[in-house]
Amino acid sequence: MTEHRHWERFTRAQRLARFAVYLGAAALLVFSLKTVEVIPDFLLDAPKQVADLLRRMWPVDFAAYHKQDIHTALIETLNTSTLGTIVSLFMAVPVGIMAAKNIVNAPVLNWIAKFILVSSRTVNTLVWAILFVAVFGPGALAGTAAIAFRSIGFCGKLLGEALEEIKPGPIEALKAAGAPWTSILIKGYWPQVAPAFWGIALFRWDINVRESAVIGLVGAGGIGVSLENAMNMFRWTQVSLVLLCIFAVVVLAELFVTKIRERMI
Amino acid sequence: MSAAALRTPFQPNWWARFGFLLLLVYCAYAVSELSITWERFVTGLHTGAKFLAELFPPSSKRLGLLFDNLVETVQIAVIASAVGIALSLPLGLLSARNLMPGWLTWPARAVIAISRSFHPVIFAILFVKAVGFGPLAGILTLVFASIGFVGKLFAEAIEEISLKPVEAVTAAGAPFMSVLTYAVLPQVFNRFIGFATYQFDSNLRNSTMIGVVGAGGIGGTLFAAFQRFDYDFLCTILLAIIGLIMVGEYLAVRIKATFND
Repeated sequence: MTEHRHWERFTRAQRLARFAVYLGAAALLVFSLKTVEVIPDFLLDAPKQVADLLRRMWPVDFAAYHKQDIHTALIETLNTSTLGTIVSLFMAVPVGIMAAKNIVNAPVLNWIAKFILVSSRTVNTLVWAILFVAVFGPGALAGTAAIAFRSIGFCGKLLGEALEEIKPGPIEALKAAGAPWTSILIKGYWPQVAPAFWGIALFRWDINVRESAVIGLVGAGGIGVSLENAMNMFRWTQVSLVLLCIFAVVVLAELFVTKIRERMI
Repeated sequence: MSAAALRTPFQPNWWARFGFLLLLVYCAYAVSELSITWERFVTGLHTGAKFLAELFPPSSKRLGLLFDNLVETVQIAVIASAVGIALSLPLGLLSARNLMPGWLTWPARAVIAISRSFHPVIFAILFVKAVGFGPLAGILTLVFASIGFVGKLFAEAIEEISLKPVEAVTAAGAPFMSVLTYAVLPQVFNRFIGFATYQFDSNLRNSTMIGVVGAGGIGGTLFAAFQRFDYDFLCTILLAIIGLIMVGEYLAVRIKATFND
């Protein structure tokens, strides 16, 4: 009798691990559904309420664009996100270099850089904004600082990864020619990571335009303040105008970034 | 001397220098436009030092409230991820241009685009106005966020699959559902797990924040503590959030490792 080998795609341990993940996810979901304090009437009522809200937002009050200074708020939002991105890049470059293991060969420094990057990313922009409103007071300065501090983690991480992937050839050549370390950085590393650098900067700027539109809700300046004001006064037709403006700016920023990226690559 | 010896290495790039000058001019303009002044910055540093001093040491009072809020944050993230991912599966499938006719892909793509159009916080505000304060508004917000992200990536993943298994299964006379389960889904399953775990991680981060506008979770307590100048409790909350997100990130990595082989 020949022995038939039974083919299985996964080992028993793999199947068990997968089963455990499914079971864990299902258990967590059941627990959440059972304990969360959601009033079912509100859920059933939601579509009607949303429809009502949309009806109150119509027609859009375009006249408020200049009357309520929404134009100024939009410009402020764009400036906040751009300046925040620039400031953040200045802070992210040294941290990114410190995080790249092939440039800084000291585990302690790598570890400190990693810590800075992770803590910058874990705290949300809105929370950074709250903290900086406490420090600098309400206004665009707090918003710029919040955008900048949140972006360090993102830019620094991607920059560090780009630096770790470069070719060592030019670096060795420069070292062999006796170049000082600043020259090695500027002429050896920079030309190789420049495309990645500008790509990261553009990408983050695009994200920051979205984020800077909401940080005004906690008092950090920009169009979010207009949104908050319009909502507190129940001027729903103005709320829809502000939302429309935010939408337009976000779409324009995305188009702009896509166009520039095509040019660069 | 030969021409090669005269050639300067690293020629100056005037366009780049001009660009950097332009950037500098822009920064000066933006700083003046946003009324950022040196005095405000220095006063800010003093306030910042005081603020930091008040943050530490983190307080250990009201830990029960903190725990309840953390649980609510996790509940919002879990339910929103489950519902959002479950909804984005059919939506992503419907918007895949290589499997579906045009009249089906357009509406599905429109739903996904609308979900992506606004920052979650803006959705949170609108849902709070519509369904009232509490976790329900947060769940609805994050469901939308999940549809926008997972739906889009899932549709792109399906559009990139190899059509050969699909043709083989179709040629064998399989009904449409069998084509999906045996030819399409196995090709995208691993990537889908990747999107799902990423989205859960992202929902967890966002669910700590949407409470600021009243959509449930720990963000509300954070904002309240901030407004009451209860800074040592604020510090405890921040540490708890960072801890929660780290746990979430670790879990996401482990789950992905389970499915990657």
